[in-house]
Amino acid sequence: MNMKLQFKPRSAFSLGLLCVSLLTASTAYPLTPEEHGFEIAARSDRSDRGFADSRVDLKMILRNAAGKESTRTLAITTLEIPDEDVGDKSLIVFRTPADINGTALLSHAKILDPDDQWLFLPAIKRTKRISSVNKSGPFVGSEFAFEDLTALELNKYDYRFLRNEACAELQCDVIERYPRYEHSGYSKQVIWVDQADYQIRQTEFYDRRGDLLKTLVMDDYRNYPGDIWRPHHFSMVNHQTGKSTELMYSAFEFQNGLDDRNFIKNVLKRQR
Amino acid sequence: MNNITSTTDRLANTIAGTVIRHRWLVLLLAILLVVLAGSGARHLEFSNNYRAFFSPDNPELLTFEDFQQTYTKNDNILFVLQPDDGHVFKPPVADAIERLTEQAWQIPYATRVDSVSNFQHSWASGDDLTVDNLYRNGISLPQKTLGKKQAIALQEPLLYGALIATDGGATGINVTLNFPEKSLTELPTAIDFARRLATDIEHDYPGVTVAITGISALNNAFAAAGQTDAMTLIPAMYLVLIVITLVTLRSLVATLATLLVIAFSTVTAMGLTGYLGIALDPIAMTASIVILTLAIADSVHVLVSMLNRMREGHDKLSSLRESLRINFLAITITSITTIIGFLALNFSDSPPFWYLGNITAMGIVAAWLYSLTLLPALVAILPLRVKHRAATTRPSDPVMVRLARFITGRYRPILAVSTVIAVSLVSLLPRVEFNDQWVQYFDERIEFRNDAEFAMDNLTGLYLIEYSLPSGEPGGISEPAYLAGLESFTDWLRQQPEVVHVYSYTDIIKRLSKNMHADQPDWYRLPDERDLAAQYLLLYELSLPYGLDLNDRISVDKSATRVSITMQELSTVEVRQFLDKSRHWLQTHTPSTMQAEPTGATVMFSFISQRNIESMLRGNVVAVLGIALILVLSLRSLSLGTLSLIPNLLPILMTFGVWGLLVGQVGMGAATVSATSLGIIVDNTVHFLTKYLRARREHGSERPQAIEYAFNTVGWAVTANAIILMCGFAMLATSSFRINAEMGLLTVIAIFIALLVDFFLLPALLMIGYRTKETNYEHETAIQTA
Repeated sequence: MNMKLQFKPRSAFSLGLLCVSLLTASTAYPLTPEEHGFEIAARSDRSDRGFADSRVDLKMILRNAAGKESTRTLAITTLEIPDEDVGDKSLIVFRTPADINGTALLSHAKILDPDDQWLFLPAIKRTKRISSVNKSGPFVGSEFAFEDLTALELNKYDYRFLRNEACAELQCDVIERYPRYEHSGYSKQVIWVDQADYQIRQTEFYDRRGDLLKTLVMDDYRNYPGDIWRPHHFSMVNHQTGKSTELMYSAFEFQNGLDDRNFIKNVLKRQR
Repeated sequence: MNNITSTTDRLANTIAGTVIRHRWLVLLLAILLVVLAGSGARHLEFSNNYRAFFSPDNPELLTFEDFQQTYTKNDNILFVLQPDDGHVFKPPVADAIERLTEQAWQIPYATRVDSVSNFQHSWASGDDLTVDNLYRNGISLPQKTLGKKQAIALQEPLLYGALIATDGGATGINVTLNFPEKSLTELPTAIDFARRLATDIEHDYPGVTVAITGISALNNAFAAAGQTDAMTLIPAMYLVLIVITLVTLRSLVATLATLLVIAFSTVTAMGLTGYLGIALDPIAMTASIVILTLAIADSVHVLVSMLNRMREGHDKLSSLRESLRINFLAITITSITTIIGFLALNFSDSPPFWYLGNITAMGIVAAWLYSLTLLPALVAILPLRVKHRAATTRPSDPVMVRLARFITGRYRPILAVSTVIAVSLVSLLPRVEFNDQWVQYFDERIEFRNDAEFAMDNLTGLYLIEYSLPSGEPGGISEPAYLAGLESFTDWLRQQPEVVHVYSYTDIIKRLSKNMHADQPDWYRLPDERDLAAQYLLLYELSLPYGLDLNDRISVDKSATRVSITMQELSTVEVRQFLDKSRHWLQTHTPSTMQAEPTGATVMFSFISQRNIESMLRGNVVAVLGIALILVLSLRSLSLGTLSLIPNLLPILMTFGVWGLLVGQVGMGAATVSATSLGIIVDNTVHFLTKYLRARREHGSERPQAIEYAFNTVGWAVTANAIILMCGFAMLATSSFRINAEMGLLTVIAIFIALLVDFFLLPALLMIGYRTKETNYEHETAIQTA
């Protein structure tokens, strides 16, 4: 090797960095693809921690195979539950179409059991608990299932690392995840997590047969105080039916001082 | 005046001379051509979609495609499960249903599976709304619980008569499929998978019978019928042709040469079809059989003339040259008329008939070409010997001469009898009724037919009529007025005797209303406010599992819902009556915003015959005009050319009269038979009139003698030709696909009647106005030929 080594401080620093990365690489080496995949997912999940609660308005645009559109608007409030074995709590209030304005859905997400859900119907001013083992059907006629909308819950899946590859201008880890909930509508999902901010950029959903069902692209990521990233645009395409749904989020508000008391059944009727 | 004849004679001589001189080169070129063209056959594919029967601008197809874009594609596989003791709700059968429901998700391209086990039953308990499968783990449920589940299923309007038989004795598992439609292997893959599932269930649950129907099974049957025909009819056809040519030609070598010409013609046409990217269907598939039948005539004409001359003592090559000379024009003209008849099929509204016409036309061109090149080359190369006859002139044919004398002697009574027969047969035309029930397109050799009948006998109907009822505005399906209209339409439909089942959204919303009021039966009614209905719907939608959503029932902007009507087995006419009746009911009983056009495969097929008749009407006019022009030109007589239309059009009208008398119903293929049979049967008239005119013009014969000459020279040839054609089309009549069988049988009848008409009516017509001492022909027709 006739490479000339110059002991400038910068080079020393680079060398040190190289040693460190070699070390981490070698410690990473014994990881199985499953552990590696979990590690990436966990890192992505951790990057999402500490937002406490959030509030956001959402516009959904539904399109059928002929391109005909329909729009719904709703407001979502989420309470972060730090315990990884307990899901977050969320409150969805529908705004349009006008005939469902004020209809409010409260969800206490579970990891491996059906979520607890209550729906308030303003037309009869009554709250109904929805008891159903399988809620992976389309959310208000869109191409999103309820489980696609809610925050990533680490322990809902098993993972496996697939590969690294470029995704748009970023570099991504591609991992597979397998739903652990037996009534999930999916056999697996493939997610692209960028290596810079650890955010999910794209998800492919595979049906029970293992065929590609839908692709979700998330972009317009914005960084909020506390280094919290949120995508503001979701685009889901169903490859089997040709239908698609777009989600457009407005600005998020974090740390609104909400707690468990804001996510109980009795608050539903006050959402008008 | 013999300009045309001498020109074509010179051309024929040149061709014959060149072919015989360069026989090896011609053989080589023919082989090269057939290999080149035939290699296109590797691109041949079998279409397996009933939509191939509809042209891209067919109005019913457009309505249906619009409908499918709004909801979902309508392809489905329906498993019909029938336990032999007639009880579905027993632990083992309940288990079989659950297992098949679960496994059916694995069928390629399945997007949804509906059965009694995963039916999303909803009920109230306190403030809970529970939406769940009708039952789980059926194998471990006590009979009493299953009995309750049966009661629910039999009371559920969405299930009763659709997925559960009205007597509870059979059940259905409906799989909705969404084919990307990128490859023709998609459908067979799904069907094969479904068949394996069915076989496994029958094996693991003794006493349970499983049948497979649905639109996808129907589509698969189209391909199956075409392939069955290809595998059975084509070999049988070759066998028949070998026998016929052996009998007619009494020469192995000549038979071999004929077979090669026929095979080359078929392979060339089918290969070119492959290059053109035409996907075959059972109808287009018959082109190969039609070509076999039609191609044989050219070769037989050339060989018969040649062999006759050889038997008279001439040597092979000179006989061949002479035969080509005298047959060249006739072969060319008859090929052109047949091509015109088949090309007229392009006027049809149904693409399979375009393909049938175009493939056959290519085959006839190929047969013409090979008969004039490959055939003489082969005959020149192969050793061919015949026994010489003692006499050098052909003896007159006693049977034909007697027939001719009989007719010319009694032409008036013959005319009268013919007219009576013709008029009475034509008057039976209105008895022909068009019917396109697609289950009956297939005969019992095709599994689909039996499975479909099993399903209709034991579970439900297969003929579906769909309505997408609009409300006029987004979200409007929750308006009380809309729901009320939908409910009364649903109720009215259920009262109609021809309706088996109605799937309507009102049944869901009424059940939800009941659920929201602690399951009290008197709350089983429509919500009286829009907000309420919309919120019930939202609640229900939030509760549904993957794949069992309402997206295939409600449009994306909630402006329309779908009503699916399952019908009894009805004739096309009855379906159209029902469509009119239901449309009229909607107009008089519901708001103007709720009007809609019924759609679906049943609707499309119920108009296909009518559309085909309308579109083929123009095709027939073009065919008749084209063929008449050819006749006038080739006979060089305007009056005879026009007169000859009578013995050609009459048989076709009489054929449908015979059909009306003996059969009655006919499918969409009938409309196309007139054009094709015209092109075929006109050949015999051409042969007969050519000889008649030759006697009048060249020999100066009087009419009776000219008729006698024509009978004597071509009587047997015309008969033999008709027999060959009838054999070929009779073979088609044994097709497993009804449209083909009908086309075959109709053509056989047409050829047979045409033969009788040519033998009796045509000479009688020629005799009209005849007096014993007549001026000679040239003088008589001087004005016409001037």
